[in-house]
Amino acid sequence: MRVQATSRILALVVPLLLSLNSHAFAALGQNEATVHESAAAAAPVAPATVAEPASGAAPAVAEAAHGEGQGEKPGDVIMHHILDNKVYAFEPFGEITLPEIAVRPFGIDISVTKHVVMVWLASAVLLVVGLSVGASVKGMNSKQSPKGLANVIEALVDFIRTDVAKSNIGPGYEKFVPFLVTVFFFILICNLLGLIPYGATATGNINVTLTLAVFTFVITQVAAFKAQGVKGYLQHLTAGTHWSLWIIMVPIEIIGQFTKPFALTIRLFANMTAGHIIIYSLIFIAFILKSYIVAMAVSVPFAIFIYLLELFVAFLQAFVFTMLSALFIGLATAHEHHDEDHALEHAAHH
Amino acid sequence: MEGLGYLGAGIGAGLAVIGAGLGIGNIAASAAEGTARQPEATSDIRTTMIIAAALIEGVALFGEVICVLLALK
Repeated sequence: MRVQATSRILALVVPLLLSLNSHAFAALGQNEATVHESAAAAAPVAPATVAEPASGAAPAVAEAAHGEGQGEKPGDVIMHHILDNKVYAFEPFGEITLPEIAVRPFGIDISVTKHVVMVWLASAVLLVVGLSVGASVKGMNSKQSPKGLANVIEALVDFIRTDVAKSNIGPGYEKFVPFLVTVFFFILICNLLGLIPYGATATGNINVTLTLAVFTFVITQVAAFKAQGVKGYLQHLTAGTHWSLWIIMVPIEIIGQFTKPFALTIRLFANMTAGHIIIYSLIFIAFILKSYIVAMAVSVPFAIFIYLLELFVAFLQAFVFTMLSALFIGLATAHEHHDEDHALEHAAHH
Repeated sequence: MEGLGYLGAGIGAGLAVIGAGLGIGNIAASAAEGTARQPEATSDIRTTMIIAAALIEGVALFGEVICVLLALK
């Protein structure tokens, strides 16, 4: 009974508070509007250098036509945070304009961007952690067990070695363990760096994930050639079907080779981007509805929940990328193992 | 007419999520059943489940990426 009573009171009070809040926010919004207008007035100075005057004037007019002082839509703000750019902003403290490289080999812009900085940071973390752990493990005899960070890393490396590489690739998996471990830790650290304040998710950039997938692709193809030889590789493309079906099977198999890295690329990119978009969207609900209550009841708790989920996803996606890479390598080198098994059987028979 | 793009993006996102939800739900159900029948195969089943779920999720995310492109274009 008491629960019912409180819920009824809440049902009465909450809308009231909401309406009060929206009034308060509306007043705030008007103040913000003036700020935004002054910002909008100041803004065209910067873009004028980039855009030609005719097209530069059009957005300003459109903005003025909106009239409500909402210079930036939530979508624009979200995209600004998700996408790569050449300015590293530390919001209340100012920003760093990253150096631009004028040399453009093949017309490709190779200037340093936010995500490039994060990739370097991830590499630096990886180097420091790897070297320190390696040094501490090297100084141990077989009876000691690693402590602290070395213990954590050992558990993860052993997991990748046995549960990912060994169970998916099978015999001859040792060659691929260094690559898999590197990819796992690199993606993991990139993902985690995106979750700390002022960080950016390098793996939320499709160029980074595509590069990682291309590594997997090249290694898979080379491993397939090495394991099966040219003849076996070509036979694999026909999928063991009758020759009259080759005209259908060969293109499908060739496309299949390229679908795998493409799927790896999109999966990691979309997962890391989606999480950030969801967090921003949840925060923007409070701004769109202009209510403190929504901010406290919906935005903050749900954003924290999604943040924790992202923490899990950071590990999961690093694992999934590594696992699928191992799986593809295992599929590509499968022939070799059959032969080895046969050879073993033969040896056992004789 | 401009709003139709947003409508399409919203509906598309919903449909992609329905598909992925059904697929991953099926996998989880089968995995739970399998684990209950054969507890000793738990780790193998878990690995297979994660791979299959990741593949389905990947396809769903293709759809979501297209929807985001539609909505934010």
